Amino acid sequence: MTDSILSVRNLRVVIPHRHGKLVAIDNISFHIQRGEIIGFVGESGAGKSMTGAAIIGLIDPPGYIERGEIWLDNLRIDQSVRGDASLIRGKRISMVFQDPLTSLNPLRTIGDQLMETILTHLPVSAEAARKKAIAGLEEVDIDPSRFGAYPHEFSGGMRQRVVIALALCAEPELIIADEPTTALDVSVQAQVLDLLKRLCRERGASVMLITHDMGVIAETTDRVAVLYAGRLAEIGPTQTLLSNPKHPYTRGLIASTPSVESGDIGTHLFQIRGTMPRLDALPPGCRFHPRCEQIMARCRSEQPEVAKNGAACFLYEDD
Amino acid sequence: MISEKRFLRRFQESDFLHDFKRSPVTIVSFAVVVVLFLLAVFAEFVAPTNPFDVGSLNLMNGFTPPMQPNAFTGEVFPLGADDQGRDLLSAIIFGLRVSLFVGLTAVILAMVLGVSLGLLAGYRGGWVDSLIMRAADIQVTFPSILIAMLIFGVARGLLPPSMRNELAISVLIISIGLSEWVPFARTVRGTTLVEKEKEYVQAARLIGLSSGQIMLRHILPNVLSPVLVIATITLALAIIAEATLSFLGVGAPPTEPSLGTLIRIGQDFLFSGEWWILFFPAATLLALSLSVNLLGDWLRDILNPRLK
Amino acid sequence: MLLIILRRLGQSVFVLFLVAFISFMIFRYVGNPVDNLLGQEATVEQRDALIEALGLNDPLHEQYLDFVTRAVQFDFGNSYRGALPVADMILERLPATLELAIVSALFAMILGTLLGIYTAIRRNGLLANFIMSSSLIGVSLPTFLIGVLLIWLFAVELGWLPSFGRGETVQLGFWSTSLLTVSGLKSLVLPAITLGLYQMTLIMRLVRAEMLEVLRQDFIRFARARGLSERVVYFSHALKNTLVPVITVAGLQLGSIVAFAIITETVFQWPGVGLMFINAVFFVDIPVMSAYLLLVGTLFVVINLIVDLLYLAIDPRIRDGQLRRKSR
Repeated sequence: MTDSILSVRNLRVVIPHRHGKLVAIDNISFHIQRGEIIGFVGESGAGKSMTGAAIIGLIDPPGYIERGEIWLDNLRIDQSVRGDASLIRGKRISMVFQDPLTSLNPLRTIGDQLMETILTHLPVSAEAARKKAIAGLEEVDIDPSRFGAYPHEFSGGMRQRVVIALALCAEPELIIADEPTTALDVSVQAQVLDLLKRLCRERGASVMLITHDMGVIAETTDRVAVLYAGRLAEIGPTQTLLSNPKHPYTRGLIASTPSVESGDIGTHLFQIRGTMPRLDALPPGCRFHPRCEQIMARCRSEQPEVAKNGAACFLYEDD
Repeated sequence: MISEKRFLRRFQESDFLHDFKRSPVTIVSFAVVVVLFLLAVFAEFVAPTNPFDVGSLNLMNGFTPPMQPNAFTGEVFPLGADDQGRDLLSAIIFGLRVSLFVGLTAVILAMVLGVSLGLLAGYRGGWVDSLIMRAADIQVTFPSILIAMLIFGVARGLLPPSMRNELAISVLIISIGLSEWVPFARTVRGTTLVEKEKEYVQAARLIGLSSGQIMLRHILPNVLSPVLVIATITLALAIIAEATLSFLGVGAPPTEPSLGTLIRIGQDFLFSGEWWILFFPAATLLALSLSVNLLGDWLRDILNPRLK
Repeated sequence: MLLIILRRLGQSVFVLFLVAFISFMIFRYVGNPVDNLLGQEATVEQRDALIEALGLNDPLHEQYLDFVTRAVQFDFGNSYRGALPVADMILERLPATLELAIVSALFAMILGTLLGIYTAIRRNGLLANFIMSSSLIGVSLPTFLIGVLLIWLFAVELGWLPSFGRGETVQLGFWSTSLLTVSGLKSLVLPAITLGLYQMTLIMRLVRAEMLEVLRQDFIRFARARGLSERVVYFSHALKNTLVPVITVAGLQLGSIVAFAIITETVFQWPGVGLMFINAVFFVDIPVMSAYLLLVGTLFVVINLIVDLLYLAIDPRIRDGQLRRKSR
């Protein structure tokens, strides 16, 4: 707790619409330690991206934070108006998105966009900013001679590295990476992830890695949080969770991830029966109960909270 | 077959009616359009006098202000009288009829022409398609009002002077209609290209239906929704085009005036203080044009799922 | 890239010839030069002689070529009304139309862009909504009605501005301008607003739509995530990307200002080529009609070409062959 850089308490994000309100995130609480890489995993629509957006203050309207607190160190940040938030955004918390092609302004050079970000946050001269920008490019293994190039002149992997350079140039304490490698080739994915990991370790920055790929989680993260239909299903150290998952959903997720080593070749791929419910059709009680093999009576009517062992499941309530 | 009762219930519960009822602006526009339309259709019965019966006109009635008895004859005109002693209310109602008639007919002409060419281009492909689309591209480089003026001017030039006024309305309809076919053609062509590849078309071909039958009975119904949207936009444009041409003096003649012609006449009397000769026809045109536009906007929003 | 330019040029040349051809056909077949020059009482021999002299019996393509050659040298024949050379008529009245068109275009572009940006940024504000609702009226009102109503308000009721004509003009060489006199400037106000209003509404709605579209894009989100201020996001990133497609459409619209000038000139009795054209249609003065159509047609083709080339120059993605231009 003393060493946590980010603290989220009872966060609730809703999206109002014509016929009512959709609850995108329902009462999530967690901490991110300084210097740790924590993964957020779950199916599409589980709320992982929304959590990241809430932290950095970029929830798309009409969605908004209805309840809860977000603390950055000892500063409360969930209530900032859009304008104030830019003292935090980019400077102390930054974000990297999934598609590097659309993340960059196609009509401006990357050098331009780098310098702009640097000059916004650091009180340096244009000359110094330029030097910093070039240094930034070198750090992500991009030839500084490409300073004046346009985004479309780079390959997908290189573009994402430019994006990472942009996210890191103001020396943030927390980086939220929303599916940073999903749009990239498999061979390039590993490079980008390694880069991210190395740079953050070097600076002591924390990373919130949002992904739906369990393989990425296994390779890169220290801790992992599993989201399901807007709530936390399980949270804990990565190795422990992967080797000994407690929540039935987590077990299902891991079982359905194909792996060469565990002899999955030639066998049927495991699937959790059913699908994650849509936000306008959430079941009562535990959100996972319609698909759960170990369902009990109370699961249909009551919602479990995260227990001491990290899983939000009535199987472990008494531990 | 869906029974009528069920159809009515489905309509009542549909999003269509739901959105309509929630928008007061749309309801008012719709009401205005309906009222104006009915006035135009039943002009002979609704108008107090027949403004074109020269014999019934009394020059002494000229320039009577609205709702005031004429100094000489004592007659009262609800919207005033023009320089010839014509009842303005009647003139407007008949003018409305001309405006709506030309507008609607022109749109129908544009629609028939555009949809046919679009179907042909999409279904046949090849050089037919290229030819039609090239022609469309070229026509679209120029504003449609200019093309309408061009066609009108040429037609006028080809007619002997005696027939020019008589046939003015027909020429007007043809000019406007021919200038607005392109959007119809392009949209229908696009949809045809898509539908052409679908299975029901292949099936129809296998059964031995001719191209014409396939185009008309199978592809056409699927194209109607976007065509309807374009038709409302084009109607608004056609009404404005007709009013403009008539105002400029190259449209509906004074012997069979539309709202545009009446406004032209009214402008002359602005400075001498007979404001009503301009005001009432202008207000009517504004109401008509605005309502059709609003209705069209609303229809477009409803029928276009992509924008939702 | 060069290939694209050449193809585009080729297209333009083709359409130019088509325009010239239509113009020629009108001139030759709708018009009745013999009757007009000789009157009804001419004898058969006189008619034949004139026909021969005018070259009306020559093969069609020769006549067409002759027409085009003369047109390029600005010889458009004589008007049926008054037998003045059409070219002189056009030259005399062209400055009036051009000044009006340019002033209207500037009005439309500047005000339209500013309002478009404002209503996009302050999306749900009261003023923005009011502006958008009024813009609907701007689009539904026919141009001539706007002009007439403006005359009524400002010339008849308030008496602030003149209701017709150009005011006093100053002759600069062959160009007569009304921009240098007070009465000239006063006379320009109402017609410029009338002519520009429709374009302004169009540009405003376009800028707003494009800006909203751009603001939805990921790179804007990323710019915000990097902590760039709202001002920088709007003006440094969104604006440039917005203006690129706007320029194309705005350019095309400006061409139509010249056509719509016909209407405005009629309402205000503005002595330009538009008024000349409408009178020609009314009186079936074929040489004038044909010449005007040739000129305006050429103007449109040229404008279209310039706008297309401009688009190619601005978007670096197209320059490098990365993207095919979105056709509108």
